[in-house]
This record gives sequence, structure tokens and C-alpha cells, in this order.
Amino acid sequence: MYGKRLRGLALTTAALLTLTLLAVFFWAPNDRTEGFLQKIFYVHVPMAIITLSGFIAGGVLAIQHLRTGESRWDLRSYVAIHISLVFGVGVLVTGSIWAKAAWGHWWVWSEPTLVSFLLVMLLYATYQPLRFAIEDPERQARAASVFAIVAGVFVPICFTIVRLSTAYVHPRTLDNISGNLPGRMQLVFWMAIGSVFLLWLLLWRYEMASKHTSAQLRRLRQLLSEDDEALPPLRRSAAPTVEHAGIAGR
Amino acid sequence: MPELPFHTAGPYVAAAYIVFVALILLYVAIMAGKLSRIERELGELTELAAARRSGRDDVRSEEE
Repeated sequence: MYGKRLRGLALTTAALLTLTLLAVFFWAPNDRTEGFLQKIFYVHVPMAIITLSGFIAGGVLAIQHLRTGESRWDLRSYVAIHISLVFGVGVLVTGSIWAKAAWGHWWVWSEPTLVSFLLVMLLYATYQPLRFAIEDPERQARAASVFAIVAGVFVPICFTIVRLSTAYVHPRTLDNISGNLPGRMQLVFWMAIGSVFLLWLLLWRYEMASKHTSAQLRRLRQLLSEDDEALPPLRRSAAPTVEHAGIAGR
Repeated sequence: MPELPFHTAGPYVAAAYIVFVALILLYVAIMAGKLSRIERELGELTELAAARRSGRDDVRSEEE
């Protein structure tokens, strides 16, 4: 069951998030060049890393779907991509705020990291319309899995190319970790990554629990209905139909 | 890049963190909507089960 241990996970996430926010504002030192503005780093960069990791996780789960043929993997992949898209919107908005403060513009088209992230987001923005365009659930799941795998492979390739490319304006986060990010900043940064990851996981499990509960309700309605009474057909949706994904699948 | 003074950088930092919190709250609101739909459906099913049970009891008492 996805609802199992959800309370513990929620409490742990809330505790770590609170601790991280306290550490960001009261313990981590201000950056020497950006000053207080650099505090945006602790929300923007972890969200970006978790978003991209979530997209890759969606691809890995989709591989499982194609390998096993079990639709529950498609549901897991769908929810992973769905949550990552929500986080991705947060990355774009917080990044724009940071850009405005640091560079005086909400968006800088010549900055490869920004543009490549936008490209990834636009790519994944087509995921739901793709699903919605295919009516047959089996075909929908297969096509979505192929998309998730190809796009999941594109994510690291895109960012490796950007890192290997020329003019760097954007701060190199991972270089900073191994290089000149001071001890306290580094610790708080890892705490921020941990708490954003827990938040992502919590929302993923919430969504999965919600979808399974809805499916079980539908099943219960079927059992309680008069003999052989057919249920109204499910509305066409981009989301995998959970009956199809199998509510027994955990 | 010159360091921004606290009173200039502060609103930007606050805005970024408010966006983060707002996203979480938005998600909680969406989940609350889903929960209320599940609650409503469960209420309907409870009524359905109760109606079926009372129907069965009526048949049994008639047989007796």
C-alpha cells in the first residue's frame, strides 16, 4: 500500500524542511559575491536537481514497464513525471526571480543552462498531450513509456553538453561542491537536496495512494452494484486508468 | 556582479521561497479536492451498502 508509512514520511519531510530553512537563513554564511541573494540557491538548485532526477526516474520506471508489461510501472512512471513537472515550474519561476535580481533580466536567452532546462520542460510538456491523444490504454502506456525512456536519456545528455559548452555565466553548482563551496554552505546544500527529495517522494506516494484509493472505490462500487450492472465508462484521460494498472500491484 | 544590499535582495529571496511554499500549498489544495471526492463517493457506497442490507433483512423477515 502506498498510504502505508505515509504519516512518518510526511513528518520526516516537514522536520527536515524546517531544519533546512532554519539552517539556510540562520546558519549558512552569506555568499561573498552575491550576499543574501545567494539564499535562492538553496531552493532553486535542489529543485532543479530533483526535477531532472525525477524525469530520469520516470524513464527507468518506463523501462520496467516495457520489460515486464505490468501497467503499474506505467502508472509509477506517469506520477514521477507529473510531480517532476510541478517541481520544474518551481525551478523556472525561482530561476527567473534569481536572474532578475542578479542580471537585471527575468530571462537570459544566451544562458545555456536556462535555455536547456526550458527545452527539457517543453519536451516533457508534450508528455500528457501525447498520452491524451491515444485512446487505447495499452497503446497509450507503451507510447508513453517509449517517450519517457527517450526523454529520460535526453536529460543527462543535454546537461552534459551544456557543461562541456563554451561561455559559462551560470554558477557551476556541482563544481562548487567539489571545489570552493565552504563547509557550512555545502552541508546546508545537501540538507536542501535531501528535504526536496523527501518532498518529491512524499508527493509521489500521496498521488499513488490517491489513485489506488480511487480505483479501490470504483471496484467496491462494482461489487456493491446490482448483478452484472455495468459501471459507466471511465472518462478519457492522460493518466493511466488504475484498473488497467492493476490495484493489486504495489 | 556587485553584492546586492539586504533590502534589495530580501524581496527577491522572499519571492523565491514564497513560490516554493505556494507550490506545496497548491498541491495540498489539489489533494484536498481529491480527498473530498473520495469521501463523497465513500458516503454514496456506504448508503448503497446500507440499502442493500436493509433490503436483505426485509426479505429474510418475510421468509420467517
